[in-house]
Amino acid sequence: MNDYTRRRFIGTTAAAVAAPLLTASPALALTDASARSLVDKVVAEINRVIASGKPLGSMISDFERIFRTYADVNIIARSTLGADARRASPAQMRAYTDAFRSYVARKYGKRFKEFQGGEITVRDVRRVKSWHEVNSTVKLRGQSPFQVKFLVSDKSGRDLFFDMVIEGISLRLSERTEIGSMLDRRQGNIDALIADLRKAG
Amino acid sequence: MQRIQYDDSGLELVKSLTRSLAPRRLVASLALIGVVALSACGQPDPALTRDAPYDPWEAENRRVHAFNKSLDRNIVRPTGKGYTAAVPDDVETVVSRFAENLTLPRSILNNILQGNGLGATTDTYRLLVNTTLGLGGFFDPATELNMPERTNADFGQTLHTWGVHQGPYIELPLLGPSTTRETVGMTVDLLMNPLNYVLPAPESYYGTAASVSSSLSARGQYSDTIDSVLHESADSYRASQSLYLQNRRYKLGKGQSDTYLDPYDAVSGDPYAETSAAASGDPYEDPYNE
Repeated sequence: MNDYTRRRFIGTTAAAVAAPLLTASPALALTDASARSLVDKVVAEINRVIASGKPLGSMISDFERIFRTYADVNIIARSTLGADARRASPAQMRAYTDAFRSYVARKYGKRFKEFQGGEITVRDVRRVKSWHEVNSTVKLRGQSPFQVKFLVSDKSGRDLFFDMVIEGISLRLSERTEIGSMLDRRQGNIDALIADLRKAG
Repeated sequence: MQRIQYDDSGLELVKSLTRSLAPRRLVASLALIGVVALSACGQPDPALTRDAPYDPWEAENRRVHAFNKSLDRNIVRPTGKGYTAAVPDDVETVVSRFAENLTLPRSILNNILQGNGLGATTDTYRLLVNTTLGLGGFFDPATELNMPERTNADFGQTLHTWGVHQGPYIELPLLGPSTTRETVGMTVDLLMNPLNYVLPAPESYYGTAASVSSSLSARGQYSDTIDSVLHESADSYRASQSLYLQNRRYKLGKGQSDTYLDPYDAVSGDPYAETSAAASGDPYEDPYNE
């Protein structure tokens, strides 16, 4: 093997190895840029809903749509159920996830009016373990700005956020506490919890 | 969604209340708690070895919680709502800013105790700018000039920096969720507030009055948020405990950028590592691994 062919061989091998990586990586791996673009979309939609000044009921359904589109509702719901998720049947899990999604939309959607005149700005993004943390600042009228983090992962197969952390308070962990209390109140009966959840929020 | 205000409004309320209530008895009992908390320093923090929040006094805490809740329903909530409704928004903002500005000397002192020179400096500039250009703190030019955010350093955070454990969760009458470390911290902040020694008698009460007003306006302004936690959740004791502990840990991380930048370094006593045990795994533990 002379110099020319060796170099050529190395070159083509490198190209053969690199090509699929280069083409595949944007589709497979979550990057800072893709995590940020997800949150940019979420924030743009939320800002639009806030600015629309629609009546409460339609704000809640807008929020449910945003939550359904951009959040990994399955994993959030599963995580709020904690260890009890393991003993739930697939049918119970589906019913619970549906009830949970509407509950979150009602509970947080009705707070949208407090955001009126306010704005969310995406600041920066960093990688943490297997996910990306997108930092944003929320400014509301007459208040000092506060921080909201979106945690974004692609483990569901798509880039979705699986938690929102407001000044250190995680929506997922707080709801886990709340769901735990609701489950305790029903002596651990998951069906009764689902029925309660449909009315709560 | 809204930020829950467990921060300074609570602390300001502590100051005002401890002043008006029997201070000596309170201080004595808190000092005792302090000794207990400090003497436990050498041993592993029990709060770190459990999945649930460390809450050995739950039964007593729940009794206090029931009292606080009824107090809120009957007095604090209506007063706060009435205050917010009666006082123009701009006046409320000005009063809150004035109260905030008066907490800066305390923050500067605590930043120094924590060895946080940068924080002490930025808070000092903020105090200077807001006291002069901001006409005694009624306005907030520091924020408009994009100066660094206030550090909000307090003695609870200083104790954390010094390696004192969080200790058991405790719900204080009137003041709400706390831990033994934070309770000691609030008391020390109260006693060593430089303003108490610098200002003569009538002026030194302006700050107290401003902080009570600012707490009331927070109760009115965040009415829906607080209502949803206190009066709408399935177990308001658990809910407020969880929110308090999460938010407090976040604030502990704020003063030191080091621990914040490297949240997985347990040795430096970072808040995230502390959470990791207190609230089952990493605070943002990977839900995909469950």
